[in-house]
Amino acid sequence: MIALLCGAALAGTVTDARGTSVTITAPARIVSLGGGVTEIVYALGSGDAVVGADTTSRYPAEVAPMATLGYHRNIGAEGVLSLSPDLVIATTDAGPPATLSQIEAAGVPLVVLDTAPGVEALTSRISTLSTLLDAPEAGAELLAGLTASLSAVKTDAPPRVMFIYARGGGTLNVSGTGTSAAEMISLAGAINAVDAYEGYKPLTAEGALLAAPDVLLLTEGGLEALGGREGLLSQPGISMTPAGQQEKIVTMEDLYLLGFGPRTGEAARELSESIRQ
Amino acid sequence: MSIQPRERRRILLAVLAVAVVVCSIAGLAIGAVNTTPSVVLAVMASWLGEPLPEEISPQVAAVLTIIRAPRVLLGLLIGAGLSVSGALMQGLFRNPLADPGLIGVSSGAALAAACVIVLGGSGLSPLALPLAAFCGGALVTLLVMRLARRGGRISIETMLLAGIAVNAIAGAGTGILVTLSDDAQLRSLTFWTLGSLGGATWPILIGVAPLILVPLLLSPWLAGSLNALLLGEEEAHHLGVNVERLKLGVVLMAALIVGASVAFSGVIGFVGLVVPHLIRLMAGPDHRIVLPGSALLGAALLVGADLVSRTVIAPAELPIGVVTTLLGGPFFLGLLARKRWM
Repeated sequence: MIALLCGAALAGTVTDARGTSVTITAPARIVSLGGGVTEIVYALGSGDAVVGADTTSRYPAEVAPMATLGYHRNIGAEGVLSLSPDLVIATTDAGPPATLSQIEAAGVPLVVLDTAPGVEALTSRISTLSTLLDAPEAGAELLAGLTASLSAVKTDAPPRVMFIYARGGGTLNVSGTGTSAAEMISLAGAINAVDAYEGYKPLTAEGALLAAPDVLLLTEGGLEALGGREGLLSQPGISMTPAGQQEKIVTMEDLYLLGFGPRTGEAARELSESIRQ
Repeated sequence: MSIQPRERRRILLAVLAVAVVVCSIAGLAIGAVNTTPSVVLAVMASWLGEPLPEEISPQVAAVLTIIRAPRVLLGLLIGAGLSVSGALMQGLFRNPLADPGLIGVSSGAALAAACVIVLGGSGLSPLALPLAAFCGGALVTLLVMRLARRGGRISIETMLLAGIAVNAIAGAGTGILVTLSDDAQLRSLTFWTLGSLGGATWPILIGVAPLILVPLLLSPWLAGSLNALLLGEEEAHHLGVNVERLKLGVVLMAALIVGASVAFSGVIGFVGLVVPHLIRLMAGPDHRIVLPGSALLGAALLVGADLVSRTVIAPAELPIGVVTTLLGGPFFLGLLARKRWM
């Protein structure tokens, strides 16, 4: 019995992305800041304990009534504390830093997870949270599912994929290297058509021609903001690219494609198929 | 029955002082975390050494002690500071539309803040941004002042024009950084330019306080000289005012106050421009009343605006720059319509 209790207590100790050791037993009121980590918390079966989340937490649908804390880079400390959480889960993107230190100073355990895109950081987020939330089986299952999906990804004849991030108002940004989108394109066994720069840059007609993508990849909301397929094809340069001529446009839901949550393996497999059709 | 002007001013200052106290207490007592007046009183007593009653959770006490108290104090300081620097600038430029942004403090600070947000890595100290913003504001102000200086004299007209040009250049620099930024950095930058007192902590407060308090407490000594300046530079000179020293003093004080405010709270618009106007509408253009009146009204207004920003969409927060403008703008327009004053 004592050994069991100790085991349970030890199960809740992790070292987070800041190198801080966090110990917690059976959290009953969780605040989760970041769409990807919120998804993991739900996938691990701790969704019932979530009392608050940020606006990027949009999946699963049950989290919607709790997602009231504002954008995860602009969180207010008192708003979080007003939910009397016994655990705050954040990512290295969450902030501002003063808010996080105020939450800690109020005596609420805070765990910060590495938000870097890629399978390695995702694996570490899942295993950290499964330890912290004392759900080792669910965690192992998620990781096994991730590996299985990733090994089912098609790798033959890699197409050149260009990811376009559209936000409405006519601003179109194209992903270079080092982004979530670039990582997903590579996980889907494809080539990122733009590797000349890191991060996002505005789309130019000549840049699109130079990149010569076979497939245009967008988020669903992005394509909508552009006025659908026709709106995208009427952008300067786009119609002259191989992808534009063949009208090969693939869209996926924002958080599913770029969130690096527990559905990442599934998203990569699906992407690997849709870009090859 | 008529009230003597001097009497009227005293009443106005007393009313404003009461407003400051009321807003501060409200700011301390109200927020996303529910706190009854008895809890607030008990926690305040605990600051004076009384033991904290057991029925009060340490988390609630922490909210009052480490979040709300420094936040209210920072709001008082910055509100008073921005308003007084607005009054000083308007007095110096003899123009009711002058605000501290004119000498480049805000745009310089914004450029430096954008540099840190976009070019700085994630491993930077949290103090990097405020330090950079303060230095950026100070450097741009010194540049504007240097450009306006000819043969030991600062020309107000040149300073105005140089300020406009340097502001535009700094804005273009920020534009370059916006182009380079990714989505997340852009959002951080946008939130920064809308202002927030959410970063207030005791160490920050202690660091900022002297930078704002010293010029604030010195400002009443300039009131007489600024009154003389209202007549014109020549006239002020003949009245025995050292005009060049006055210009230098006003610009340095405003730069110090605004630089420190912007560095820790981002850009909070409107307060510096409008608060001195409101005081002038109520009590006339005498700087002996405009300066202290602006300090009190600005302090009360900003703490009140912060209270709105914290509670209106709780548990999230509305940027305080949005609140000050949304509340102050229509109010100011209403006054204008009633008084037809310019």
